[in-house]
Amino acid sequence: MSTDLHRRLGMTDEEFSQVGSILGRPPADPELAMYSVMWSEHCSYKSSRAFLKDLPTDAPWVVVGPGENAGVVDIGDGWLAAIRIESHNHPSFVEPYQGAATGVGGILRDVFTMGARPIGLWNQIRFGSLDNPHNRYLLGGVVAGIAGYGNAVGVPTLGGEVEFDDTYRGNPLVNVMCLGILQRDQLVLGTAGPPGSVAILLGASTGRDGIGGASVLASTGFDEAAATKRPSVQVGDPYEEKKLIEACLELYERDLVVGVQDLGAAGLSCAASEPAARAGAGLDLDLDAVHCRETGMTAPELLMSESQERMMAFVDPVHVDDVLSVAKRWEIDASIVGTVRQGDRLRVFHDGQVVADLPASSLSDDAPLLHRPVKRPEWIEDLWAEPTRPVEADLIDSLVELLGDPSLGDPSWIYEQFDHMLFLNTIAGPGLDGSLVRVRGTSKGLAVSTDGNGALCHLDPRRGGARLVWEAALNVAVLGAKPLAIVDNLNFGNPENPEVMWQFTETLAGLSSACTEMAVPIVGGNVSFYNETDGVDIYPTPVVGMLGLADPMPPLRGTVAPGMAILSCGPAQTPNLAGSAVQRIVQGVHGGRPTDADPDVGSASIATAIRVAHEIDGAVLHDVSKGGALVALAELLIGSRVGATLSATPYVHAFGEDPHRFLCLVPADSIEETVRIAVEEGTRVELWGATTGATELRIGQTNAASIESLAAAWRGAIADRMAGGSSG
Amino acid sequence: MKVGIVVFPGTNCEHDVAHALGLLGADTELVWHRETNLDGLDRIVLPGGFAHGDYLRAGAIARFSPVMGPVADAAAAGVPVLGICNGFQVLCEAGLLPGALIANRDLRFICRPVHVRVESTDSILTQAAKPGQVLRIPLNSYEGNYVPSDTTPSPTLRYCEPDGSVTDSSNPNGSTDAIAGLTAGNVAGLMPHPERAVEDFMVSTDGRVLLQSFLGT
Amino acid sequence: MKAIVTIRRRGTIADPEGSTIQRALGDLGFDEVSAVRVNRTIELEVDDDARIQEMCERLLVNPVMEDFDIEIVT
Repeated sequence: MSTDLHRRLGMTDEEFSQVGSILGRPPADPELAMYSVMWSEHCSYKSSRAFLKDLPTDAPWVVVGPGENAGVVDIGDGWLAAIRIESHNHPSFVEPYQGAATGVGGILRDVFTMGARPIGLWNQIRFGSLDNPHNRYLLGGVVAGIAGYGNAVGVPTLGGEVEFDDTYRGNPLVNVMCLGILQRDQLVLGTAGPPGSVAILLGASTGRDGIGGASVLASTGFDEAAATKRPSVQVGDPYEEKKLIEACLELYERDLVVGVQDLGAAGLSCAASEPAARAGAGLDLDLDAVHCRETGMTAPELLMSESQERMMAFVDPVHVDDVLSVAKRWEIDASIVGTVRQGDRLRVFHDGQVVADLPASSLSDDAPLLHRPVKRPEWIEDLWAEPTRPVEADLIDSLVELLGDPSLGDPSWIYEQFDHMLFLNTIAGPGLDGSLVRVRGTSKGLAVSTDGNGALCHLDPRRGGARLVWEAALNVAVLGAKPLAIVDNLNFGNPENPEVMWQFTETLAGLSSACTEMAVPIVGGNVSFYNETDGVDIYPTPVVGMLGLADPMPPLRGTVAPGMAILSCGPAQTPNLAGSAVQRIVQGVHGGRPTDADPDVGSASIATAIRVAHEIDGAVLHDVSKGGALVALAELLIGSRVGATLSATPYVHAFGEDPHRFLCLVPADSIEETVRIAVEEGTRVELWGATTGATELRIGQTNAASIESLAAAWRGAIADRMAGGSSG
Repeated sequence: MKVGIVVFPGTNCEHDVAHALGLLGADTELVWHRETNLDGLDRIVLPGGFAHGDYLRAGAIARFSPVMGPVADAAAAGVPVLGICNGFQVLCEAGLLPGALIANRDLRFICRPVHVRVESTDSILTQAAKPGQVLRIPLNSYEGNYVPSDTTPSPTLRYCEPDGSVTDSSNPNGSTDAIAGLTAGNVAGLMPHPERAVEDFMVSTDGRVLLQSFLGT
Repeated sequence: MKAIVTIRRRGTIADPEGSTIQRALGDLGFDEVSAVRVNRTIELEVDDDARIQEMCERLLVNPVMEDFDIEIVT
């Protein structure tokens, strides 16, 4: 056994020594393999765990908080909702289609492992500029991968967001979120159950996915050339996953399992050890029984493999035959691979021998906990001091420029590749503020919004993090839903850089305070570090996924038509454009300190939006965020081909992105009632203009543009750039 | 009126079709692809989805499922059979409908509403519609591009503009002759999803007339 | 002359399409099939075969996932 094997597996000398102390002897290769994957940053969160423990995670409606495979909340009447968000950033840079596809596969498994049927997917994808053909290749591949997997597995993709910024050149971000629903008595946890329970591996065969082509641990010994081979890229099989979903849901319905765990990163190492640890038990794992698609796999390979579409079910012995016949009916493979034991040891057998024997809980509980240094950057004060005085450009010119930018333009080139109608429950789909699905058979609707903003969070991670929570909440509120729970995906640079850790802790503080003020718990999250290239870290890019509940459902959203009043709701926009799209895109500037969220004002806006959505027939609400109020209004006009006349609008009011603001378009005879609701809830409201039968947008006396010209700019933003060359 | 909805591994629209037909008063039953007894079924639907992952070719493996022999027998005996999207692909591979479906012209999955024009009402799919009627129905497919064979008859539905004219730009996937749906005897197939256009909040309720035609109601 | 480029998924990378086809063949009674892999063929008509390798490396083949070989047919 080579003495630097642990280093080649990515472990530090301290970690290696720690393993020795836990075992009371030097580790065998298979044991080292298990610790190396379980203690990796991705699996153990060693750089972030210390800071995550103070997040607000409690509320009376939280059934399962962070720590299980997905967060679960009570939505009433015996129904639960499960949500999870995950990143697949680095794999998507290596192989965009498969990286994105396997990201979707993984997030689905996290949700249906809890007993829930997945009913919706959302993705948040970020790339460098589309002027660069390589980024067009990445966008094309990622979207095709999400579509290829999501559509074929049979779960609708209901929304998402896309952003283009140089900060992501070299580090695309691919985050995916999934929502599932279940009846309370179908909740399943990732526990191995009592001693005597049988572990059954379900789904795809195990191969060398995710490990070196000639594994560093091959029994033939280490070979220099072989070790430099690229790892075997994980390939997703949505067909296998669909069969797995149906098989698992039948197992849950018939109460045939004690616990279930999905196999994700760290494969069998995790799926065998974590459930045993949760049950306070041990496990005997027989690698010879694992169904494989490769011959001659070594014990470390079997333990580290990241082959996709696999689940581990823990079953009372009396139900084993039933489980195997369910698997057979759904045409998936199943092998009996283990038995739960008294005590706390995880024993792994291969070729009939014990090849690993360690405390099951040590793989997760004893993972390193790093206290990375945190240092406030010296440049932040200078960045805040930069003036945010807006350049007085022509309103229409700036509007057209913003609408034509891929970050703000029409995303239908992307979402028309996703099946967003499957299950016939999509009330509001992609392209709007958030998504809304009905829970058929009940009076309920579930709303989801996912929001991120790298430039904003770079300027002030604390204010940015808080504002994203408030924005996501308002996005579900305009659909008539009350914010219920959050998951967060934290995409950051190198944690060994103390300034990145400052951004991280500041973001957490912002998320925390907003969630506490709003009384919305964080029920899960994901951290992706090391998003950096050549020593340059990406902008801190937290993504918030908000779940909202509408019970009862609001009336159907109105249609934008001539003769409606355009009401601007929420606080007056300040002259501060820091962090805004207009500052970045039109002015080419990145500086200043963004306006902070205001919890009282924010709560009032949310309450107002929910009430207007429910009480004003024919109302059309739209959150004001990237691009500001004028871009938000233009989106509504373009979508419905209706014109509008607005009062003279100062530049900052048109494009500023201060939080807690939204638009209400209401029939003329509902103005009074709408204003009354706003006043009751304490939200400032202003009559901005009216929609007209003319197909132009007129602002004050001097600014006008045809709706068609605005539409042309908006529609081509992504589509025109991708038409030429999304090669690859 | 009992409608059997065939389910292959990878099919995913069976519950949607059941829901839509249920709204129109029909009794439905899911039929697993290994089932060979189709007694008592007045109608048969092959719904949308990704049977066998669409591997090899869409519908190429499904056509050999045990249920397909009995489906062909039922069709020959006069039972109306409707293939929607993936179902249409399976019927073509099985030879119950002529032609084939290949990758969309632009090589991208398409999920959006399209307009189709009723070319003929002499079909189990359109007998309750009016000739020339324009319907707005969601399309949801990657291999929706219809390629005819020698025996392809006149189409039942063609992609069109909202005003009913058939143009190049209204053809979403490059289908020859803008064919969106066709009929051979009492077997019909279409690429768009009528079950996705049956309730007020959906893109339209235009799918109802097609499903009602099929139910004969 | 014609260059026939055969593109294969690299050895240990999963081929769900191949394994589904193998299963389907088995269901139809062809149980003598022990493995199926689905490859792609690109045929190029060229005047000169000197740069076929370069075409493969730059565009035709995804080196992360695929291996290839070239056959020249005159």
